[in-house]
Amino acid sequence: MTDQPIKAIAIGASAGAVQALLKILPALPEGYPLPVLIVVHVPPDRRNALVSLFQTKCVLPVKEAEDKERIIGGTIYFAPSDYHLLVEADGSFALSLDEAVNHSRPAIDVLLETAADAYGPALVGIVLTGANHDGAVGLRAVADGGGMAIVEDPTVAQVPTMPAAALAACPSARPMTLDDIIFTLSKMATT
Amino acid sequence: MQDDIKQHGVEDIEIQLLLEALYQRYHYDFRHYARASIKRRLIQARGQLGFASFSAMQEGLLHDPSTLPRLLNYLTVQVSEMFRDPDYFRALREKVIPHLRTYPSLKIWVAGCSNGEELYSLAILFREEGLEQRTIFYATDINPDALRAAEAGVYPLDQIRKFTESHQRSGARSSLSDYYTADYGRAVFDKSLRSRVVFSDHSLVTDAAFGEMHLISCRNVLIYFDRDLQDRALGLFRDSLARKGFLGLGSKESLRFSQHAPSFSDFVREEKIYQRQDS
Repeated sequence: MTDQPIKAIAIGASAGAVQALLKILPALPEGYPLPVLIVVHVPPDRRNALVSLFQTKCVLPVKEAEDKERIIGGTIYFAPSDYHLLVEADGSFALSLDEAVNHSRPAIDVLLETAADAYGPALVGIVLTGANHDGAVGLRAVADGGGMAIVEDPTVAQVPTMPAAALAACPSARPMTLDDIIFTLSKMATT
Repeated sequence: MQDDIKQHGVEDIEIQLLLEALYQRYHYDFRHYARASIKRRLIQARGQLGFASFSAMQEGLLHDPSTLPRLLNYLTVQVSEMFRDPDYFRALREKVIPHLRTYPSLKIWVAGCSNGEELYSLAILFREEGLEQRTIFYATDINPDALRAAEAGVYPLDQIRKFTESHQRSGARSSLSDYYTADYGRAVFDKSLRSRVVFSDHSLVTDAAFGEMHLISCRNVLIYFDRDLQDRALGLFRDSLARKGFLGLGSKESLRFSQHAPSFSDFVREEKIYQRQDS
């Protein structure tokens, strides 16, 4: 990791996502300066209920990411269901209906790869619990771009497959418990 | 690690140059497409077309015209579905069609029709509502292969179950199976659905407005454009719509960030259907 200040946090989660995120996101305090960009695998034909769920649990504003929206610090953004969420170099979102990646749309790889491209060393990428391999290639891109790569410790994750795959693809990633992740993210608020 | 970062910067320069070459040599202008998507598609094309770098791809593009159609298929072709977002088609049926019924003749533009799924959905909907015979559909795209596919109207049979479900949820007055015949794993749509359709090459980036449209349906095309290009396309739609004409966008697209927003009013807000205003 470099001394460059962190500008964004990108998180991917699949099976077990809601429970893991219910620990992390409500712990982010008022005035938290960084934007948090999240892809959760959700079924395509259902209205995305994540935003309303987390709005009631979080201090920070929670919203669905919109196409061409400028990314603002201290906001939690969820990818809309059935669209890929991408980050542009100018710090705004783009959506796409390109084919599913790893059988998923939104795909964690797409968010992490484009965020790594946009933020480089100023990005923290996190792969949480899940039952597939999405996010592994993306987390590697985060590390290759100089960013900080974190996986939920596969020995304690609710479903270890996804963080284990990410760790295998990106051996420099740090395995952490959810509590460690919360601690790490809160430290970033003060630097 | 520093080398990797530099490598990223070099790739971005190469992409810029490649898009410039594509424009100057063939007049296909992707320079204002949303860059993150274009980059992902180009990376895919580079791997599958077997180029070692974007610079090599640029050389191939400039000196070997057979590279163009292969590359275009990566840059433009969109996987879509018939009656994608059934609520949109239901809103057209229940809210927009009653207005369209009052016109003796109708012009409908499917802008960026890709392989034609949205076009056939509208043609079926208009037939069900008894408006097909007074309507001309304009189906446009920049990709000649996509236009040919749209004109053929052949889709994989394994998609039909989903199309059928969506069609029913749009308030169907008939069965989707009335409109196609199954043939070796493919669904071949009835050519009579195309009898009122004009297929044409048209670019929202470089071409001008045409016709006095009563409805323009352009779904999930604008998300691939940057803001400047979105604005150009929306200006084109404004200039191509008859007074009180309708514009339908994709469910995650809106006029909110556009300077042309005052020219439109919300008609069915939750389905992103707008109506042209006089302002």
